[in-house]
Amino acid sequence: MNEKVISVHNLVKKFGNFIANDHLSFEVYQGEIFGFLGANGAGKTTAIRILSGLSRPTSGKVMVAGFDALKQPEQIKKNIGYMCQRFSLYEDLTVKENIMLYGGIYGMKKQLIRERTKSLLVRLRFEEFGDRLIASLPLGLKQKLAFSVAVLHEPKIVFLDEPTGGVDPITRRQFWEMIYETAARGITVFVTTHYMDEAEYCDRVSIMDEGKIEALDTPAELKKKYQAGSIEEVFIRIARHGKK
Amino acid sequence: MTASNIVTVDHLTKSFGKVKALQDISFATTKGEIFGFIGPDGSGKTTLFRIITTLLLPDQGQVTVLGLDCVKGFRELRRHIGYMPGRFSLYMDLTVEENLNFYATVFGTTINDNYELIADIYSHIEPFKNRPAGKLSGGMKQKLALSCALIHKPELLVLDEPTTGVDAVSRAEFWEMLKKLRKYNITILVSTPYMDEAMQCDKVALIQEGKLLSVDQPEKITDGFSRKLFSIKASEKYHLIMALREFPLINTAYPFGDSVHVTFRDDRYDDSLLTFLQTKGITGVTIDQTRAGIEDRFLELMTP
Amino acid sequence: MKRLLVFVKKEFIHIFRDFRTMVILFLIPGALILLFGFVVSNDLKNARISFLDLSKDEMTLKLTDKICSSGFFVRGENLHSYGDIERALRGNNNKAVIIFEKDFSRKLISEGKATVNIITDGSEPNMATMATNYVSAIVSDFNSELVGGGAAAMLLVHPEVRMFYNPTLKGQHMFVPGVITLIMILICALMTSITITREKEFGTMEALLVSPLKPIQIILGKIVPYFILSFIDVIIILVLSWFVFDLPVKGSIFLLLAEAMLYILMSLSLGILISTVSKTMQQAIFISLVGMMLPTILLSGFIYPIENMPKIYDWVSAVMPPRYFVIIIKNVMIKGTGFSYIWKETLILCLFTVVAIGLSMRKFNIRLQ
Repeated sequence: MNEKVISVHNLVKKFGNFIANDHLSFEVYQGEIFGFLGANGAGKTTAIRILSGLSRPTSGKVMVAGFDALKQPEQIKKNIGYMCQRFSLYEDLTVKENIMLYGGIYGMKKQLIRERTKSLLVRLRFEEFGDRLIASLPLGLKQKLAFSVAVLHEPKIVFLDEPTGGVDPITRRQFWEMIYETAARGITVFVTTHYMDEAEYCDRVSIMDEGKIEALDTPAELKKKYQAGSIEEVFIRIARHGKK
Repeated sequence: MTASNIVTVDHLTKSFGKVKALQDISFATTKGEIFGFIGPDGSGKTTLFRIITTLLLPDQGQVTVLGLDCVKGFRELRRHIGYMPGRFSLYMDLTVEENLNFYATVFGTTINDNYELIADIYSHIEPFKNRPAGKLSGGMKQKLALSCALIHKPELLVLDEPTTGVDAVSRAEFWEMLKKLRKYNITILVSTPYMDEAMQCDKVALIQEGKLLSVDQPEKITDGFSRKLFSIKASEKYHLIMALREFPLINTAYPFGDSVHVTFRDDRYDDSLLTFLQTKGITGVTIDQTRAGIEDRFLELMTP
Repeated sequence: MKRLLVFVKKEFIHIFRDFRTMVILFLIPGALILLFGFVVSNDLKNARISFLDLSKDEMTLKLTDKICSSGFFVRGENLHSYGDIERALRGNNNKAVIIFEKDFSRKLISEGKATVNIITDGSEPNMATMATNYVSAIVSDFNSELVGGGAAAMLLVHPEVRMFYNPTLKGQHMFVPGVITLIMILICALMTSITITREKEFGTMEALLVSPLKPIQIILGKIVPYFILSFIDVIIILVLSWFVFDLPVKGSIFLLLAEAMLYILMSLSLGILISTVSKTMQQAIFISLVGMMLPTILLSGFIYPIENMPKIYDWVSAVMPPRYFVIIIKNVMIKGTGFSYIWKETLILCLFTVVAIGLSMRKFNIRLQ
C-alpha cells in the first residue's frame, strides 16, 4: 500500500487568465480508493483530464503510473482504465463483442482476451449473457459489466465518474464490493462524484474548491476535523466558505 | 378520499409493450406537503409523474389531481400544474430572462405578477439574466427551471429528478428552497434516485420495478427496519465483508460507507465473532449498534 | 393570441441565434441556384410531337411516319395553322412541333431543297435540344435514303430550329423554378420537422404540453416564422435570378407569389406531419431527406423529364406535390401563362395542403407516446 501511483506536485493549469488548477499537490497510493470531490466548476474535470493524459499541465510535475503527464501522456493512457458517468459500452454490440473491442483497443492478445472474458463472465455470473446485446441487459448488469471491462487490461489506475449514481441499493452494494475487490488486487480506484454518500466508501477523499484542494484525508478524519456528521456537511461547509 | 387530497392515485397500472412500468400503484398526498419518490433509474418514477401531469394515459386505475380526473380534466389541470421534467426544460439558446418570460406568457401571466413567489430562487440567477441558459452551471439551470415551473403559481409542483447531476452545495440550496415554498401551500411531488434525500421530504414512497415498496413519513419508514442493525468497521473492508459472509450467525452483510452494515439471525452476536475475524487475520475491528437509514430499509424491502 | 406571439418570437430567436439555420435559410438558396445552373443530360423517349403539315403530300407523310416510328416521339395532333403552335406548346403536352412548308415535295424535286422547321418548348432546354438533335438525325437519314434511292442527285432537307420562350436556351433559367421548389421543401419540411423534434429531444416539449398552450398554437407558432422566412427566400431567389441570370418573371408576379405561398403552406404542414411521426431529430432529417428531398430532385421533373421515366416513376411522381409546383412555376415564370393554364395543378396542391394540415393536426399528440 505504499507505492505511489499518482503523484502531483504544484500542478497549475491555466486557460488564458483563468486558473483552473491552482498549485495542486497530492499523492495516491497503489490499491487505494481515492475520492476526488468538488463543486461544479471547481477544477475537477480539468485535473482528471491531466491525470488521464488528455491534457497537458501548464506547470508542475504530474506522474501517473510511473509516467510524466507532460512528456508521456500516451504511456499513461495505456496504463489507466476509465468508466464514465454511465456505461461506456456499445448498446448494439453483444457482451462478448464489447469485451473483444475493448481488449483490442488496449492491444491485448486474442488468447488473453478470451481467457479474461471467460473468467470475467464467470465472476459476474454472466455466462449465459455472453451473446446478448448490451441494450437488452438490465441497468445494474450493464454497470457492473462496464466496470469489469474498464479493468480488463489490468490497468494501474481506474477512473470512475459517479459509478453508482441512480442504481438500486443492492446493485450499489455489489458494485462497491467489486471496487473493493479490485482495490484489494492492487488496482488504484480514483472516484469522482457529486454524491457525498459515495465519498463515504472511499479510503481517502480530497475536496476541491476554486481550483485548490481544500481538504484531503480519510472520511473519518475529515468528519472529526470539521465536527460534521457526514462528508456532505464537510463538503458544503468548505464550498460555502469558499464562496464568501 | 378527503377534500384535502391533492393527488390521489388508485390502483394505477401502466405498461409499455411487455414492460410493466407501473403495477398497482396507490397513494394520496395532502395539501402543502413535500412528497418524495425514491427509487433507482428505471423504477417508474418518470412514468408516474407523466401520468399525473396528464402527459401519459393510465392503462388501468384512477388518478385524481386537484379534484380533477387526469384523463378527462387534462385541459383544466394543465393550468394548475408546474412541471419540471428530468432534463431541465429550458431553451438553451434563449437567455435566462427570455426563458422565464416565455413560460410566464405561455401560462398567461407575467414575471412581475408572481415575482414574490420566485424571488428567493430567481435572485440567485438574476445577475445573469442576459446569459443564454446553455451557458449556466448545472445548479443555476436547476434554479432557472424551477423558477419557470413556478412562474404561474401552480397548486401542484411536479419535479422529476431535479437534483440529478447537480453538485452537493446546489442540491442543499435546492432543498432549502423547496422547504420555503411550503408557506405558499404548494404541494410538491419530487423524485430522486438518491436515498439520502428522503429525509428532506414530509412523506416518502419507495419505488422499485414499478411497485411501491413503502409509503410513509421517512422516520416511520426507517423505524420499519425489522432487525437490529450493526455497523462493523475494520482496516481491511473487502476481507471483512468476505469473512463476515462466512460467519454462520450472519444474516446480511453489506458495505455501507466506511463500515459494513450487518444483521444477525437472532439479532445478537457474541465473542465468537471477534475470535472468528481474528482467525481470518482481520484487525482493528469495532462493532456498534446503529440506526437503520432509508437505504437499509430499501434493501430489506427489496430482499423479502 | 399573446401566447402565440410569444411562441413565434421564441422561434425567431432560435433561428437568428443559430448560425447553421441562418446559413440554410439565406446562403444555401443562392448557392443552389448557381450550382444547379449546370444542366444534367438525359435521354429522350416518347416525347409528344405535333405536326403542321402545310403540303400534306407523299413525302411529308413518309417523313412524319419515319419520325413517329423512331421510338423517340409519339404522334400528337395535326395542326392547321401557325396560330395553333403556341397553344399546342403552352398546353404543356407537346414537346415540339414540326412544320413542313407548303409544296414540300414539289420544292424538293424542282429546287432540290425543302425546309423542315422544328419548334421546341424552350422552357425545358434538355428536352428541346434533344428533340432537335433527334429530329435532325431522322431527317438527314431520310435525306440520304432519298439520295441513295437515286430519285434526284441533290436533294436536301434543312431542319430549321426555332425555340419559343427561351430563345437563347440558357440552361440555368430552367433551374430557378426547380431550386425554388427544392428550397421550399428543404426549409419548410426539413426545418420545421427538426425544430419540433428538437423540443421533443431536449425535453422542452414536455413542458409545452403540460402548459395551457393548445396544439394549434404550438403548430402555428412553428409555422409562422418559417412561412415568413421562406417567403423572403422566394423573393431573394427571384431577385437573384432577375439580376444574375437576367430572367424576369414573365407572368403575373402576384400569381407566382400566391402560388408560392400555397406551396410553402403545404410544405410546412408536411414538416409538421413528419415531426409527429418521428421521435428524434435524426429520424426527422432522414424522413425529410429520403422522403421529400430526393423525390423532389429526382421525380418532380425538374431535372429529369417525367416523360423519360418508366411509367411506374411517373405514377410515383404523381403523388409528389413538388411535381405540380414545378409545372405551375414554369408556366408563370417562364411561359408567362395565366391562371387558366395552371388551375388544375393549383387545385391538386390545395388538396395536398388540406390533407397534410388535417393529418398533422390529427396526429399532433396532446400527450407523450
